[in-house]
Amino acid sequence: MDFSEQFLQQLINGLSLGSIYALIALGYTMIYGIIKLINFAHGDVYMVGAYIGFFAITQGGLGIFPALVVSMLVTGILGIVIERLAYKPLRHAPRISLLITAIGVSFFLEYTSMYFVSPTPRTFPTLMGDVSIHVGDLIINGQQLLILGITMVLMVILTYIVHRTKIGKAMRAASFDTETAQLMGVDADRVISITFCIGSALAAVAGVLVGVYYNSIDPLMGIMPGLKAFVAAVLGGIGILPGAVVGGLILGVIEALVAGFISSTFRDAAAFAILILVLLFRPAGIFGKNTSEKV
Amino acid sequence: MFLALGLIVFALLQGLMAAKIIGSFWQLNITIIGINIILAASLNLINGYTGQFSLGHAGFMAVGAYVSVVLTTNFQVPFVPALLVGGVMAGLLGFLIGLPTLRLKGDYLAIATLGLGEIIRIVIMNIPYVGGAAGFKGIPHHTTFAWVFGFMLLTLFFIKNFVNSTHGRACIAIRENEIAAEAMGINTTKYKVMAFTIGAGFAGIAGGLFAHMFYIISPASFTFMQSFNYLIMVVLGGLGSLTGAIAGAFFVTFISAALASVPEFRMIIFALLLILLMFYRPQGLFGYVEITHLGPWREFFLRKERAKR
Repeated sequence: MDFSEQFLQQLINGLSLGSIYALIALGYTMIYGIIKLINFAHGDVYMVGAYIGFFAITQGGLGIFPALVVSMLVTGILGIVIERLAYKPLRHAPRISLLITAIGVSFFLEYTSMYFVSPTPRTFPTLMGDVSIHVGDLIINGQQLLILGITMVLMVILTYIVHRTKIGKAMRAASFDTETAQLMGVDADRVISITFCIGSALAAVAGVLVGVYYNSIDPLMGIMPGLKAFVAAVLGGIGILPGAVVGGLILGVIEALVAGFISSTFRDAAAFAILILVLLFRPAGIFGKNTSEKV
Repeated sequence: MFLALGLIVFALLQGLMAAKIIGSFWQLNITIIGINIILAASLNLINGYTGQFSLGHAGFMAVGAYVSVVLTTNFQVPFVPALLVGGVMAGLLGFLIGLPTLRLKGDYLAIATLGLGEIIRIVIMNIPYVGGAAGFKGIPHHTTFAWVFGFMLLTLFFIKNFVNSTHGRACIAIRENEIAAEAMGINTTKYKVMAFTIGAGFAGIAGGLFAHMFYIISPASFTFMQSFNYLIMVVLGGLGSLTGAIAGAFFVTFISAALASVPEFRMIIFALLLILLMFYRPQGLFGYVEITHLGPWREFFLRKERAKR
């Protein structure tokens, strides 16, 4: 393979990885948009989603699509429960308290799952066989097609919900200005619950897809993708849905290129370097508008 | 007063160790508690007193650890100067990193410092000279309980005096309200970077002490999970309180050692404690107060202060 083909191959790998980041980043950005919280536990919700998918497939004998639906439902409810129990009592607390609580929730999810499913990684069953498409020397395998396909379908559904339905309108209103939205008759608590539900369900899909892609899941698998999805959300402009998707894809591609052409040990460093550069030079992200702080 | 109290505690612990009443397992853990107190107190200077939420403490600890270890092992530099050089290098890096990043606020700063801590670790992992991912082997064993205790007292003494100085007051003003502090003529960037640099420096010294306890250190000991550990100490013990840092370091290390056989439980307990604490006492156990301000002690210390005036 010459350079350009290797570049294209890494681009394809990067786009599939980026779709995963995009799915997680959407949840981050939606939740941040509404309650201004970096939900540190979001990566762990993704891990729980992966495990539910795993058990639905191995214990329940379900196929990949029913397993995805089961995982989305259960994890969506988990998202609502987390918000009700941990974040709702702190609605008016300082943001740092909320951040520390989120770190606490994250630890809680990680180590209770570790207690129940044991810390050893599980092997995700192979569902796809060896389907792959060859374009010249390029290889696009079945898992990558599945990831790209499902991500695109979900984006279309999400765009429809946010822009065409009544609850989507309420979500947009609440993220623009929660208090005014409440004055206009929007039930903010309900909107926040639904946001957590949708965000967590998307993370669950990402979790199951990662299981299918890498064939291995473990209770601490959510930490790094969670942080990177946050980087993706910041890169695209936090609170902006298309931003999260674009940010996720860019991050995935950059990571794949760094891993392919420099060294795979620098992958994580690349993601964090992007984060710091974005925060320093364009804190509002690619799609964001700069706002100045009022006293 | 402070020094005398410290020496009494030291004499007591050292005596018990010499008499073998404290076994070697707890002796090791008490030494670790001492190191953790340095880390918790220095992180508290950044998080609790200055209100800048940093999650990169393990990175500075790693710099101090690696610099001092290279000096003692490869260049035969004596222990204490090597520790101090490690601390200075960590502080210098803290200064260079703090200058641009401390413009960020709240949760963004938290994530940026977390990222920087990880970058430091990954860079160290890719330097073959210090052993890369496998770690640095053959470190001379220098750290004793006495050294740790001495440096711990030095750290606490320094931070206590810093907080009560003009500079420290400026830091506290920044925590309370950055915009108001700036309006009062405080150079907020200067003081934020100052607190960050000092905190990083002491973390570096603690890193050096930590490294010379064992014969090998590896980048895996300095992940951001480690930074979270110090954050738990600071938050549980109390933000903006040295008593809190001591109590937090003591409590967390003690629980970790006691529950070493069931690590999941330990973290579940910490997680629940963190969440409940944020509900009912967000400033932590000793938030913004010192033990010397409480109860029967209060009168005693106030009288002394008055006598001084």
